[in-house]
Amino acid sequence: MSLLAADPTRSAVYRQAAERIRRADRHTAAAELDQLATEVRRSIIRMIDRAQLGHVGGDLSVTDILVTCFYGVLSVDPERPRWSGRDRFVLSKGHCAAALYSTLAHCGFFPEAELDTFMAPLSALNGHPNRIKVPGIETNTGALGHGLPVATGCALAAQLDGADWRTFVVLGDGELQEGSNWEAAMAAAHHGLSSLTAVIDRNRLQQGARTEDTNALGALDDKWRSFGWEVREVDGHDHLALLEAMSGSSTGRPVAVIAHTIKGKGVSFMEDRVEWHHKVPSPDQVEAALAELAR
Amino acid sequence: MTVTDQQTAFDCRQDFAAELLALAAEDERIVAVCNDSVGSSNLVGFRERFPDRLINVGIAEQDLVGVGAGLANAGKIPFVCAAAPFLTGRALEQIKADVAYSEAHVVLCGQSPGMAYGELGPTHHSIEDLSWMRAVAGLDVIVPADSVQTRAAVRWAAASGRPSYVRIPRFKVPVVTPEGAPFEPRRAVLLADGDDATVIAIGSLTSRALQAAALLREEGVHLRVLNMPFLDPLDEEAIVAAARETRGIVTAEEATVSGGLGAAVAATVVTRHPVPMRILGVPRVFAPTGDTAFLLDHFGLSADGIVSAVKDLLRHG
Ligand SMILES: Cc1ncc(C[n+]2csc(CCOP(=O)(O)OP(=O)(O)O)c2C)c(N)n1
Repeated sequence: MSLLAADPTRSAVYRQAAERIRRADRHTAAAELDQLATEVRRSIIRMIDRAQLGHVGGDLSVTDILVTCFYGVLSVDPERPRWSGRDRFVLSKGHCAAALYSTLAHCGFFPEAELDTFMAPLSALNGHPNRIKVPGIETNTGALGHGLPVATGCALAAQLDGADWRTFVVLGDGELQEGSNWEAAMAAAHHGLSSLTAVIDRNRLQQGARTEDTNALGALDDKWRSFGWEVREVDGHDHLALLEAMSGSSTGRPVAVIAHTIKGKGVSFMEDRVEWHHKVPSPDQVEAALAELAR
Repeated sequence: MTVTDQQTAFDCRQDFAAELLALAAEDERIVAVCNDSVGSSNLVGFRERFPDRLINVGIAEQDLVGVGAGLANAGKIPFVCAAAPFLTGRALEQIKADVAYSEAHVVLCGQSPGMAYGELGPTHHSIEDLSWMRAVAGLDVIVPADSVQTRAAVRWAAASGRPSYVRIPRFKVPVVTPEGAPFEPRRAVLLADGDDATVIAIGSLTSRALQAAALLREEGVHLRVLNMPFLDPLDEEAIVAAARETRGIVTAEEATVSGGLGAAVAATVVTRHPVPMRILGVPRVFAPTGDTAFLLDHFGLSADGIVSAVKDLLRHG
């Protein structure tokens, strides 16, 4: 199985948009990112409707983080997905592949028409991201608790080479219950990996219940700080706040951005409701969701 | 899924949940431990009935198994429930050291094994679990083929006093177990008798093996079909008898060919009574995207696939 090919037209549009957003005043940049996020959310709903499978709550929760990352922060080239100087991006909460695929297609990493095959037999777009099949994916995820260790390895490689590219990893808050995260958190701080940024999608829900009712994360900011990280807390649906938190210069330590989000964000009847972790919307609900996302 | 599967098929997770609940009502040492999987492990009813006896450790499988061992060492009988790939893979060392080596009476319940999570991809496919669990000393490996065996497995594992791994099917399967069939270590279940060749199948592939036998009978080929609810300890005598009395053996499992049922049967056959064999399972590749039925067919794990393997064996030895 080989990588899907880039869409040159779409990637040219992406490059221009990314440049515009990075140069624009705050207000204009935010408005443009808002618009892009809405388009990505609409395509997520359509993908899940077609596949009749997916993790819609977490997808809608992480969309603003992904869009801000790809359009406002990362230095990547959809036409050269393995370019050695690229910034590395890892979606550790791999069950939210639909959000990542639709963002990547939007940037031109592969043709948007491919999204129609999400989870269909022999599709490249598996239910969890695969780096061998899909350009823009750095490592295979899906089993929770793998992203931060791998991202730490990427950042260590950059440090060894004296390279200036950066590494970003997006984690679920429920996912932080896996101990592997804390092993990596310790190592990243120990090695002073200032080029590493972990963004935590803090929507306070996991698969079956609230994180705080399952295995409480408690004072999450203090946990990261005590492990030696710099902590920034933002509203995870505020594109400007995300932009600043992810691009701000670092103090020699890895950065943890705690992004406060709402699971199911953008679709009123899904927001903050645990059953939408992986429930599939009915045809009426799909219509209602798309209508809300048209506004 | 074939037509006959669909007509009378059951999701064994419901039988698992019902039997566990009944058992918990009889014996207050029974506790359930899970990893943010109350819904997917079908423990909602257990939580309602025995809220204090359901421990949800969150998304933390190493902790899950360690906690299970601690509960067992302190006198409880924990049913440790999680999706099979993460339970067995992530916590492999805990299963070895804390459970098996320590002889802790923990019942490890691997939910939705094989390629039950077809479209979710190889991270979610539990095809290595049989090889991994078989490699651990002192751990019984139980692979129910239907709802009858699922219920029997819950009872047996709770009473055994020993560590065990129970692989709970999600892919819907019809009942194949005949009335009065044995359910104990080293006891195969004879599902069809014949002397041309033998098919040995476990779990979701058992009903497909029976379908293959029916198809072959129409062509005058008489297949012996054996089911092995216990992959470990294995019924070696039934295997040796099959090797002696039929012309060869085909094994079928929803697992990798590296180290599961096929490997176990082959080791018995070559050391005790060599005959030709075919080993059906997932070859050493990661599966493409697709649902469970698509993937089973893709890898030749259908009734037709079993028929072809038997014919090939009879023709070429
Ligand atoms: C190791 C592992 N254990 C269990 C699961 C099953 N699972 C998939 S998503 C999920 C909940 C994730 O919660 P969170 O990280 O908070 O993600 P979000 O709520 O943002 O979707 C679970 C338990 C898994 N994918 N990997």
